[in-house]
Amino acid sequence: MPFTPHTEAEVTEMLGAIGVAGIDDLFREIPEGLRCGGLEGIPAGLSEMEISRLMQKRALADSRAVSFIGAGAYDHHVPAAVWQIATRGEYYSAYTPYQAEASQGTLQLLYEYQSMMTQLTAMDASNASLYDGASALAEAVLMAVRANRKSKSKRVLLPRSLNPVYRKVAHSIVRNQGIELVELPFDEQGGHTDPALLEQYAGEDFAALVIAQPNFFGVLEEVDALVDWAHANKVLAIAVVNPLALALLSPPGEWGADGADICCGEGQPLGAPLSSGGPYFGFLCSKQAYVRQMPGRIIGKTVDLDGKVGYALTLQAREQHIRRSKATSNICTNQGLLVTAATIHMALLGFEGLQRTAAACHANTSNLVEELSTIEGVQPLFDRPVFHERVMRLPASAADILGSLAEQDVLGGFDLADDYPELGDALLVCATELRTGEDIQTYKNELDRVVATRI
Amino acid sequence: MSNVPEDLKYTKDHEWVRDNGDGNVTVGITDHAQELLGDLVFVELPEVGAALETGGEAGVVESVKAASDVYSPLNGEVTEVNEALGDAPETINSDPYDGGWIFKMSLADAGQLGELMDAAAYGALLESEG
Repeated sequence: MPFTPHTEAEVTEMLGAIGVAGIDDLFREIPEGLRCGGLEGIPAGLSEMEISRLMQKRALADSRAVSFIGAGAYDHHVPAAVWQIATRGEYYSAYTPYQAEASQGTLQLLYEYQSMMTQLTAMDASNASLYDGASALAEAVLMAVRANRKSKSKRVLLPRSLNPVYRKVAHSIVRNQGIELVELPFDEQGGHTDPALLEQYAGEDFAALVIAQPNFFGVLEEVDALVDWAHANKVLAIAVVNPLALALLSPPGEWGADGADICCGEGQPLGAPLSSGGPYFGFLCSKQAYVRQMPGRIIGKTVDLDGKVGYALTLQAREQHIRRSKATSNICTNQGLLVTAATIHMALLGFEGLQRTAAACHANTSNLVEELSTIEGVQPLFDRPVFHERVMRLPASAADILGSLAEQDVLGGFDLADDYPELGDALLVCATELRTGEDIQTYKNELDRVVATRI
Repeated sequence: MSNVPEDLKYTKDHEWVRDNGDGNVTVGITDHAQELLGDLVFVELPEVGAALETGGEAGVVESVKAASDVYSPLNGEVTEVNEALGDAPETINSDPYDGGWIFKMSLADAGQLGELMDAAAYGALLESEG
C-alpha cells in the first residue's frame, strides 16, 4: 500500500471540486492497453524487524567470502574517514541541491572534484559526474556524435574488448537516436585492439572511436596509435579508463599527438564500496573545444560583487531547464554523494597514495597469476601487458570451478563464457591491494584441489 | 524602439538578410533579437559548405539567460562565417547589423529574397508583438 498523505474525505472533496467521480477517471486519457495495471510478483510487505533479519542474513552471505573478481568493480580499501566525512549532515545529499548557489560548500567540493579529475586525466574540463561508467560511455558517444561536425554518419567504432555491460548499456541508450555502434574484434594473441586492423576503416565516415585503457581483459591498448589513427581520419577519440590506473599509466589527454577528445569511466575505485553493485558514479571529461556539448552539471569558480571567491553552476544553457528538447542530455543531475566520497578519498590518498594503491594491486595480481599458473591446465591467456587484472585459461568449465570455490568462500573471478564464448573456459581474475599473500595461497590451494577433481 | 535599417530584409524569427547583389547574402540577428536575449556569451556558427534550407537550423546564439537557434532565412550554402564572434560574441549586442554578422550564404534561388519582409513589414511585426 503506497503512502498517501490525504484522507479518504480529502480525496472525495478534491474530486468533487473538479467534478470527477474517481481517481481512475483522471487517467482515462491513457488507453487501457498502455496502463501497467497492478504490480505482480511483489510479495506482501515485511515489518521492520523481519526486514532487518532478512537483510542481515543476506549481508552475512557476502561478508565471509574473499573476492578475486574485478570486471569493472574493484574491492579497494576505503579509509574510514572518507564516509565519516561524506555522511555528515552538511554533505549528505544525493544531488546538487536545488538553489545550488545557496550551498557553497557543496559547490566548492564539486569544483575540487572536477579539478582533481582534470589533473588525473590531463583533460581540460570535467563535469560534476554522471550515474555510472556505462551510462557515462553512452553520454560520451552521444556527445561525440554532436561534437564531430565533420562526420555525418552517426557511426561509432566500439571494441569488443570493452566491458560487455558498457556495450549493452551504450547500445540501449543510443540505438533509438539512429547511432550505429560498429564492433571492433580483438587480437587473439594479445587481447588488444590491433591498430593495424583499423586500416580497413580508413576513409570511412565515423564520428568516434572508443578506446578502453585497460580493456575488459585488463590488457593495455596501444592508445597512442589508436588516437593518432582516429584524428588522421577525422574521428574523435573517446577514452574509457579506470581512474586508479591513471596513477601509473599515461593520461588520456596525453595519448598520441593531440590527446583523447573525451574521457569517461567508472568512479567506483575512488572510495565507493562494492555494495552488491552500487551506487557508483560515472565521470566525464573533455577537451575545452567540446565543453558546450558536454552533458551534466558543471561548477565554475567566480567572484561575487565584493570580489570574494564563490562557486556557481556554469554553462547551464546546455541543460534541459533552458534548452528543453535541444539540451545536450536529459541528464541534469549527478551522483553527489559518491563524488563527495571520491573527492575526500583522493584528497586523503593524494596522487602518491593512488600510485601506491595501483602498484600494490598490480603486484598482487601478478603474484596471483604466477601462483595459479603452477596448477596444471591453468595459464594466462593473452601475451600483452596488463593492469591489475588478467584472463586465465582453465582446464574445465569456469562456472563449475567457481561454484566449487564459492563453497569454500573464495570468489574466484568473473566467468567469461557468456560474454566471450570464443575464449573457451576462461576466467578474469583480479587481486586488489586488499588481498594478502595468505588469501592468494588459499585461492591457489582451493583451485588446485578443485581442478584435480575435474581432470 | 529597436533599430530596423531600411536597406535590409527580415524574417519572422528575427534574422536580418543583406543582399550583397552577387547571389550572396549576409545573415545576422536583429537589434530586437539581441535585446531580448541579453548579453551574448557564445555563438555556434554553421560549417562553411553546409547546405541550408529555409527555416532550418543554422546555428545557436547563447546568452546568460537563454539559448536560441538561428534559422536559415533562405535556401543555399554557407560560404563564410564570422569567426571573430568566437572570441567576441558580445559584438552582436553592440553592433548587430555590421560587426555582428553571423554567416554568409550563396542562394539557391535569388528570387526567394522577395519572400522576405522589408523594414516596414518587420517594424509592423515588432509593433504587433508589442
